Amino acid sequence: MQEAKNLKMYRQECHESLENDYLRTALDKFAVAYKESRSKAFAGFDVEQLIEDIAQMKDDVLLNLDELYKQFKAQAEAGGVVVHYAKDADEANRIIIDIAKAGNCERVAKSKSMTAEETLLSHALSDEGMEVTETDLGEWIIQLRHEGPSHMVMPAIHLSRFQVRDLFTDVTGAKQDEDIEKLVKVARREMRQKFVEADMGITGANFAVAETGTIGIVTNEGNARLGTTLPRIHVALMGIDKLVPTIGDALKTLKVLTRNATAQQITSYVTWVTGSNECAAAVDSKKEVHFVMLDNGRTEMAKDPLFSQVFRCVRCGACANVCPVYRLVGGHKMGHIYIGAIGLILTYFFHGPDKAKNLVQNCINCEACRDICAGGIDLPRLIKAVHTRIQDEDGHPLPSLLLGKILRNRKLFHTLLRTAKWAQKPVSGNDGFMRHLPMVFFKEHDFKALPTIAETPFRDLWPTLKPQVENPRFRVGLFSGCVQDFVYPEQMDAAVELFADHGVDMSFPMNQSCCGLPVQMMGEMKSSRDVALQNLRAFENENVDYIITLCASCASHLKHNYPALLENDLKLKDKVASFTGKVIDLSSFIHDVLKVTVEDFEGDGKKAAFHAPCHLCRGLGVHDAPRNLIKEAGMDYREALEEDVCCGFGGTYSAKFPELSAQLLKNKLDNVEATGAELLLTDCPGCIMQLRGGLKKRGSAVTVQHTVEALAARRKKKTPGT
Amino acid sequence: MLMTEQIDTPDKQVEIDTFKEKAGIAAAFVTEIATFEEAVDYTVDLCGRQGACRLKVSGCEEQLSEGAEQLCETKQKKIVAAPGLPEAEYRVLAEKCRTHGFECLDSGLRSNLAGVDIGFTYADIGISETGTLVLNCRSEELRLATMICEYHVCVLPKSRIVADAFAAEAQLREYMSNPSDYTAFITGPSRTADIERVLTIGVHGPLELHILVLEG
Repeated sequence: MQEAKNLKMYRQECHESLENDYLRTALDKFAVAYKESRSKAFAGFDVEQLIEDIAQMKDDVLLNLDELYKQFKAQAEAGGVVVHYAKDADEANRIIIDIAKAGNCERVAKSKSMTAEETLLSHALSDEGMEVTETDLGEWIIQLRHEGPSHMVMPAIHLSRFQVRDLFTDVTGAKQDEDIEKLVKVARREMRQKFVEADMGITGANFAVAETGTIGIVTNEGNARLGTTLPRIHVALMGIDKLVPTIGDALKTLKVLTRNATAQQITSYVTWVTGSNECAAAVDSKKEVHFVMLDNGRTEMAKDPLFSQVFRCVRCGACANVCPVYRLVGGHKMGHIYIGAIGLILTYFFHGPDKAKNLVQNCINCEACRDICAGGIDLPRLIKAVHTRIQDEDGHPLPSLLLGKILRNRKLFHTLLRTAKWAQKPVSGNDGFMRHLPMVFFKEHDFKALPTIAETPFRDLWPTLKPQVENPRFRVGLFSGCVQDFVYPEQMDAAVELFADHGVDMSFPMNQSCCGLPVQMMGEMKSSRDVALQNLRAFENENVDYIITLCASCASHLKHNYPALLENDLKLKDKVASFTGKVIDLSSFIHDVLKVTVEDFEGDGKKAAFHAPCHLCRGLGVHDAPRNLIKEAGMDYREALEEDVCCGFGGTYSAKFPELSAQLLKNKLDNVEATGAELLLTDCPGCIMQLRGGLKKRGSAVTVQHTVEALAARRKKKTPGT
Repeated sequence: MLMTEQIDTPDKQVEIDTFKEKAGIAAAFVTEIATFEEAVDYTVDLCGRQGACRLKVSGCEEQLSEGAEQLCETKQKKIVAAPGLPEAEYRVLAEKCRTHGFECLDSGLRSNLAGVDIGFTYADIGISETGTLVLNCRSEELRLATMICEYHVCVLPKSRIVADAFAAEAQLREYMSNPSDYTAFITGPSRTADIERVLTIGVHGPLELHILVLEG
């Protein structure tokens, strides 16, 4: 739950979670195990197609939502169910309290339901004097602790067996063992008795099937089966986003839901309840059944052209499973009630900007969630959009405004960067790093050494560097991005040499500026759009086959975000398409276009590890090219664990959440050093800044280079004049 | 039976084999049997010799609260619950149970909520892709038998095995088109990983699922 009043308090809370060793170890183990078992569960499936089908089905549901709701209601009511529509959480709780009172219910056996967590239903019923027992084991545990869930599927993942032992000792009044099997047996017996006594069973639903008025409930423990059978009244609370047209649609969604959630082919139980079933405890042996359909901002969200895709969420929780930040701080910090990437977005819509304002800033934008989402939701983009909305409503913080203003004026921005070179003089060493940090940086940033601004930026070197290429095979435009232009111009230089050898003619349009990703990360959409337009203009008259950038983040931003940023200007549509179509990353260009071979290099067998930048492996879907290049250039490629997990840079993220950034960096470097590599290669200057800074701080002998530097250094020298 | 000739086709055999494999992965015990009598023998053997039937149900040996303890005390017999069987088959099972000293029930499960030792049922469909049993169980007795038993023994005739859930879609739609219906997908025993992500079997439902794949 989010109680932090400001970012500083929130950061402090995250820091405390970071120091919880049990949580960290548990989530680390889970993150690694999950990826492996998920890919096994999906073996032989066309996952992308399946996800696309589900997204399409869910989008179609939105177009017919009213009709589907009417159909569902009519079918369910024909079977004796009462269907209620609740506009918000309070109304849903009120309806359920009224049902309980009318039915003289004193005891409630509740199954797991995120929707009931959303409305805080158990609290509302308890306040009315009812005894509510959560019967899902994890939910029961957190209920006894008076906590909210820390994961949508595994609500008590943050707790150890010892904590559970103590809780169960309290609740049974008898001393318990920490043996997990025994603890589960205790829960089995304690809860069986609660089921026997319960007047009302409350469940959620994973599917509301319109064609038959059926609800589908997905569980492993079997508590929802008892809860829908034993008590004389059954209430199912579900969001209207659970509507699906047919049983076939539900079956298809089920296929992805369980595999994505827990890497199971299917859960132990899927229970399909239609109408009012036989119940010996009820009047006339007919169970009293109510379906409560909750809106709570969902239809509002559905009308929004951008946020409507949130409707596709099936609540599998996978976005948390792969989130590197979730893995560090756990669900209580990476969510309010809903957890993980989707939680950051839903919190804004269901619980308001106040609960969401700090959370949404804790996205490192690594895109791991987008990559795994069962509904194909562009989660990182929506998180940024929520951030922007909150800033638009509440006012933009000064640093964010300033950066936005500066970036919109390229000349001012570049002048500031040049001046920074002089400002750093008293504190910079001779090794390209700052000797100590100027006061403007907080001490928390001390986990990595920061690079100095280069003596001469690439844009000033270009007129003398530009090679003459006769009869070029390709004409390309170079997009340097700020870091390679002003911090690491030598990386650009290496690319220029390599390209010239392979008959590539190059141009460097001087009006190009920052790609705009940093301001987008800070929620400054207007500036982001302005900068995008400026770069588009800078390249529009260049007659080039490709636009190449050595920065994976720039490449992915130019290619995938520009169309969305500039979509409102229809006149630009063709120009944007032409621009983004030409954008290619360095490794793909050398590997797939230039098609270099081992013959082009003189290898030295140096042991080299690779770090896969988020925006390369997920943003651009590039996996093999850089690794193949390392091998072709005659280096000894050493695969590290979790190569595709974020290094913790995340642009402005590392400045905003330095403690979290530092921990991600530590994990990354531990994995790299374990390979015994002498070289660490990667395709993103931001990552290089982070990795070099971290290695320098820990006094490591591993050298970090851009892949292109390692390639250029090993290229067979051409005889001059050929 | 109409579908018997299909059983011999190679495709059908693949479906049966896949079903057995997948159900096994989900921690179910799968055995092929030729006749209903074998199912009866299997059940009685499980109950007696293999010790599935006990006076105390699982968990009752632990330190419990007073209320939970009291519910445990209400179970005083070794019980096999088999509601919904054809009468002739029920008679065979009940007789066999009687000779071994187990009580056999086909109703009154609400009076036995502390638990029964074995729930004995048929499955309506077997889904081979996931090793899933489909039980159409509108009768409360049938539902309870599969929920409050310690071990669930389920007979699945080979002819009812289909490749995947979509092959069962029409049948499912027919079930759910009834004004009231309760259809259960059951794959393996009841399980949880809610404490430290350690897979633990038998939290609310059966501790073991035994599937008897019946010829025909």
